[in-house]
Amino acid sequence: MNRPPARLHIVTGKGGTGKTTVAASLALALAAGGRRVLLCEVEGRQGIASAFDLAPLPYGEARVAVRPDGGEVFGLAVDAEAALLEYLALFYHLGRAGRLLDRFGLIDFATTIAPGVRDVLLIGKVYEAARRLDRDRRPAYSAVVLDGPPTGRIGRFLNVGTEVAGVAKVGPIRRQATSIMRMLTSHRTTVHVVTTLEEMPVQEALDAIDELAGLRLTVGDLIVNSVRRSEVPAKELDALSAGRVTPKGLLAALAGAGLQVERPFVEGLLDEGRALAARLDVEAAQSARLDQTRLPRATLPRLSQGVDLADLFDLAEHLAALASTPTGPDSEGR
Amino acid sequence: MPRTRGSAGASRPAKAAAAGPPSDYVRPGRGHGSHVRVGPQLDVDRVLASDGVRIVVCCGSGGVGKTTTAAALGLRAAEQGRKVAVLTIDPARRLAQAMGVEQLDNVPRPVKLPGAAAGTLDAMMLDMKRTFDEVVEAYASREKAEQILSNPFYQALSSSFAGTQEYMAMEKLSQLQAEADRTGRWDLIVVDTPPSRSALDFLDAPERLASFLDGRLIRVLVAPTRGSLRLFTAGFSLVTAAVTKVIGGQLLRDVQTFVAALDTLFGGFRARAESTYAILKARQTAFVVVASPDGDALREASFFVERLQEDEMPLAGMVLNRVALPPLPDVSVQAALAAAERLDESDRTAAGLLRLHADRLTQVTRETALRRRFAAAHPGVATAIVTALPTDVHDLDALRVVGDLMASN
Repeated sequence: MNRPPARLHIVTGKGGTGKTTVAASLALALAAGGRRVLLCEVEGRQGIASAFDLAPLPYGEARVAVRPDGGEVFGLAVDAEAALLEYLALFYHLGRAGRLLDRFGLIDFATTIAPGVRDVLLIGKVYEAARRLDRDRRPAYSAVVLDGPPTGRIGRFLNVGTEVAGVAKVGPIRRQATSIMRMLTSHRTTVHVVTTLEEMPVQEALDAIDELAGLRLTVGDLIVNSVRRSEVPAKELDALSAGRVTPKGLLAALAGAGLQVERPFVEGLLDEGRALAARLDVEAAQSARLDQTRLPRATLPRLSQGVDLADLFDLAEHLAALASTPTGPDSEGR
Repeated sequence: MPRTRGSAGASRPAKAAAAGPPSDYVRPGRGHGSHVRVGPQLDVDRVLASDGVRIVVCCGSGGVGKTTTAAALGLRAAEQGRKVAVLTIDPARRLAQAMGVEQLDNVPRPVKLPGAAAGTLDAMMLDMKRTFDEVVEAYASREKAEQILSNPFYQALSSSFAGTQEYMAMEKLSQLQAEADRTGRWDLIVVDTPPSRSALDFLDAPERLASFLDGRLIRVLVAPTRGSLRLFTAGFSLVTAAVTKVIGGQLLRDVQTFVAALDTLFGGFRARAESTYAILKARQTAFVVVASPDGDALREASFFVERLQEDEMPLAGMVLNRVALPPLPDVSVQAALAAAERLDESDRTAAGLLRLHADRLTQVTRETALRRRFAAAHPGVATAIVTALPTDVHDLDALRVVGDLMASN
């Protein structure tokens, strides 16, 4: 079945699972073939700048990376206050009144005290970028990636349009909220869930997948991050766990390779091996729990030295399959 | 100054270094733990044992083990004889089960402690809507309360929207504190905060409410229902018109009814926010910033530390979770990898174990560098280390282990 390509990719996951790294790599992957991709963040953490090793982004869309094939990634740290002023100017031509609203404390009220408004503004800005056309009436970006709120807040965040539409029965803000929800629940929007193979992140991922489906949002891919490579082959690891590898034998093997070490060192190595076996068991069990989702899955390797810009390009390669859904001429159902 | 990868608080280390008094809870001398020592040590037991400390607030970004830290601190304090209430925001299911707070009824429930524990431990999970409702019911007349509770704008505000949680967590804290003062049921309250930067938004609440109440906006919102026509200056009606244009007349009326109904309560809110702020700022409170040794989490920790120091809040120190234990340093990364290559054909077990060793060394080196950077930017912040555990924490025994690790250093 040929679905229209998703243009808005929202990335969520439990805090600490590497959401921002995944969103950045996904943006790089989507930019393959000379495309323009916008990567947005909404939590004011300047995560995009730090992922791409740049100074904090000013409010605006700035180019953060270029692929060898000419593909470009732009970054945008969405700011609720700026988005509101921009929105008022754009849709309501509130030049003078907009400034007055500011003087009356309304802008501050809307973006900080009145809960909900902030989220509508943040998503509204992403929505605007995803729908924007350039001078030739072609989409300004072929894809927009949102480094979204963590799993615990993603449902509430994405559903805020429905909540607002429930409160505002008529008027432009209702129309705005309704069209945001229409886009989010269409096949043009996909939510990707990032997890590591640990118990709590997996539980949160499963809960979020249920919640998102309940909100009629399309869950795209499960991205399993930071997966350990077994340095010791399975058969050998079993033997080690069963106690069939002795410190003495290991000392001899290391000596054969030119490493003269003491016994405590090889005992430490064996402990490390057993701990690896235990962690791999946990990972296998968690991976099995994820199977029940039947979602397409991408796996990213654990990087013990941290993630730098070169790693982002490598990780993008792992995500290339996910990103290769054809992004043909864009026709949004209106 | 060029930004460095993964730097913690690289934006203004000089200022941060100058700000903030050293913690009162620094452990003297060097410890004998086996993890790498960086900066002063936080003496967790001294915080928990101090009669003067009646509130511990844990804050930090998501996924760093904040709730676990709050629960472990609460359990440890209870087992050392204190009467503890732990307020959690959104605990993982199995941790909630372990603490017996699966029911979301907004009331602290006793946690069964094994054996003869010296103190008591109660735990609860925050129900933000219920907390908000209770505030309204406590401050408004019955008739007004009903009017507010049935207002559609209020219902959305109190249940669905982000942002309410942060304020309600602090509201609940001051309720618990008031109950503790009145009944003596607790002598220590440990609070978990929502997992975001906005977790500290409550620090701004008194100022925000004050500027809102003293500002002109409230007149825009309240005036039409009161009909104070003399306020309708040109600018004023322009603003009302603009607001109506954007949010629609019906929602504006809901908001106006809501604000008008709450008008009499705002004074109470403001007094409450100010007293909570004062409690937090007093020496009876200890803020603990929770982090893990990676670039993002430490950057967020820097943000929290700087924010707390700006407001001169009593920061006890940082708890750093999931720190990798260093392996024996007998073999360097390069030597291990070179030998592993020689062993690939003959002994795959030995080769693999050497690669694991190299991997662990690399991780420890990286974590240590990140921690050094944080310590350089925040030299006064005492830190307690919790080394990485092989499994998740979801029972009291595991929480006790976390507490032991935190205190043993």
